[in-house]
Amino acid sequence: MLIATFGIFGTHDAIQIGVFLLALILLTPPLGGFMVKVFSGERNFLTPVFGGLERSFYKISRIDPDQEMDWKTYLLAVIAFSLVGLVVLWLLQVTQAYLPLNPERLPNVSWDLAFNTAVSFMTNTNWQSYAGETTLSYFTQMAGLTVHNFVSAAAGMAVLLALIRGITRKSVEGLGNFWADLVRMTLYVLLPLSVILTVILVGQGTVQTLSGYAHATTLEGQKQVIAVGPAASQIAIKQLGTNGGGFFNANSAHPFENPTPLTDFLELLSIILIPSACVYMYGKMVGSKRQGWVIWGVMVSVFCIMLGISLYSEYNFHPPYVSTPSMEGKETRLGITNSILWEVTTTVTSNGSVNSMYDSLTPLSGMIAMVDMMYGEVIFGGIGSGLASMLLFVLLTVFIAGLMVGRTPEYLGKKIEAYEVKMSVIGVLAPGAAILIFTAIASITKVGLSSLNNGGPHGLSEILYAFTSGAANNGSAFTGLNANTVFYNITMGIDMLIGRFVPIAAYLSVAGSLAGKKAVPPSAGTFPTDSVLFGFLLIGVIVIVAALTFFPVLALGPIVEHFLMLVGKTF
Amino acid sequence: MKKHLWDSLKVLIVMTVFTGLVYPLVMTAIAQIVFPKQANGSMIRINGKLVGSKLIGQNFTGDKYFWPRPSAIGYNPLPSGASNYGPTSDTLKELVETRRKEFIRLNGLPANTRVPPGMLFASGSGLDPDISPAAAELQINRIARARGFDSVQTAQLRKLMQSHVEGPQLGFLGDARVNVLELNIALDSLDVTSR
Repeated sequence: MLIATFGIFGTHDAIQIGVFLLALILLTPPLGGFMVKVFSGERNFLTPVFGGLERSFYKISRIDPDQEMDWKTYLLAVIAFSLVGLVVLWLLQVTQAYLPLNPERLPNVSWDLAFNTAVSFMTNTNWQSYAGETTLSYFTQMAGLTVHNFVSAAAGMAVLLALIRGITRKSVEGLGNFWADLVRMTLYVLLPLSVILTVILVGQGTVQTLSGYAHATTLEGQKQVIAVGPAASQIAIKQLGTNGGGFFNANSAHPFENPTPLTDFLELLSIILIPSACVYMYGKMVGSKRQGWVIWGVMVSVFCIMLGISLYSEYNFHPPYVSTPSMEGKETRLGITNSILWEVTTTVTSNGSVNSMYDSLTPLSGMIAMVDMMYGEVIFGGIGSGLASMLLFVLLTVFIAGLMVGRTPEYLGKKIEAYEVKMSVIGVLAPGAAILIFTAIASITKVGLSSLNNGGPHGLSEILYAFTSGAANNGSAFTGLNANTVFYNITMGIDMLIGRFVPIAAYLSVAGSLAGKKAVPPSAGTFPTDSVLFGFLLIGVIVIVAALTFFPVLALGPIVEHFLMLVGKTF
Repeated sequence: MKKHLWDSLKVLIVMTVFTGLVYPLVMTAIAQIVFPKQANGSMIRINGKLVGSKLIGQNFTGDKYFWPRPSAIGYNPLPSGASNYGPTSDTLKELVETRRKEFIRLNGLPANTRVPPGMLFASGSGLDPDISPAAAELQINRIARARGFDSVQTAQLRKLMQSHVEGPQLGFLGDARVNVLELNIALDSLDVTSR
């Protein structure tokens, strides 16, 4: 048996990371290939199970799944669906006291917290201003949050599909049907995986019950009220749908959400599985698996670099008042390596669930989490939206490469012109602008500063992390920041909306423009986008955009804190 | 736009019924039939009385028991949570220094003992049910003294603790740990049988 020596990164830790990456590589092609079938409407092995259900979905809601939508119609459908979801989810929360399945008789949620949570789940951010076990009824968690865990992920997938169709189709307007994409993603991909994961989680100890909280008398005679609930079914989709909003306040650090190292491993894998499979699916859909693997290679390389830096910081740097790495905010059963592996996985994807508390990480490790999100969630990223944002970077890279060699840039047979580049730049920069502007406002106002839990540069990091997480639609947090105030609930709400819908508008307008273009056959002047060289260029563009935008504020927050920590300064 | 809004409402209602009611309720039914113990929180009852959950840490302060890790919420699960102090926090530094001194003093350990970090730092959930084997080992002498154990019984206690160490799951996942509540319950019955 392998027993790790505490505080030293050993073989035991390397094996866990290795097995995780291996499992990811092995599962990506089969799931990606399956998704290709699902979204082309082809028969697949689940058609006998869900085919009838799918058709009855369309029948009940009187929707024609074959009706093609142009980019504006598609965008309007996404916005309308999100808006209706937002309103309904807000209403559910502010009336939960009158609704069923509320054994603890939790009161109605305040208007601003309900707004924040509704935006948060509708945008696939799943930022937690709420504390599940003391704020939300079982009904709100099930009929509200769980539903949005499914549909916000499916909506992200839908816009990616529209963008891919824009790239592959020639001289047409139609980008597919939003409703069909939404329903297929939910039924054939998210639901079956969630069912499997739920059953395993419960077997390991995750709770799944409608009973009220248990009242225990401890061995020493104290009273302890143990919160339970229908958690496993929500946690499964929370992990699989790049959502991340916990059933309980402590999220996947809570032993009822993540009871054993095995559940940790499976929840971790679930975070990144579908975003990874999306890239394989993309390669297959554009007719060249290599195109997909090059992008996947870029993603996994950046992932490994970020993981390496974060692990190094956490194992090697600590304040001088202790002689070992810190366990503040970490769970015994998971240890340091699993905490950091999760940290990097959840922030590169837009999941945002946590199994340790990032406010208490070493400064550089906390910074890695922020940088992961500042890339714009393009390293795997959220379901659909991550790869879609990555494709905007791909277009920018093609454009820059074109400028360098003096040729008209092309991507997969389509000319990339001023319109696509403009839209890509808007899509890439809007979240960054929101992050910096809101952080600036919060750092100079009393209402912004009064929520801080830590002083010195770490205080700035808490604010910066919050708005980064919101605009990146990630949802993880430096939880010390008391974000449940009117100021943060509203500003974070706007931040999340900008981070979701400006990029979506960008993907779809680019998709619409590309779909209308004729294909040009590749010539000697075409810059190949399936080469390792292109991969390096792409990494360069991503890093430069993130670094130039955010380096100054990172220097004032985590970087200066790192050096102050090493000399023992406290605030 | 009006048609889109109307379509949206219809789709949302169908989705809510399906993913918000049917899915969680069916999963609850399956969970309750297949894994009733786990689905209800791995609760531990002694003589029919609920003393806690295997998975949820509880506070122990008496000398006769193994102590759990520090908790930012005092092991009250409503709501779960952490201190969220950063590495340059004054408060955290003071807490860690106090915890180290107290752990050494109360367990009667030499002043230069390296206290395991799990006992200096609070957990993420505030409900961590486990401590590291090293943290349990350092508490054995104190417990033996408090319970008036002779050397034979102390050796039994050490054996009991070691038998409660869970290694990495499937041989490679996670860190070695000891479940504090289960160990303390076993400790109580050891105390009864060894007399």
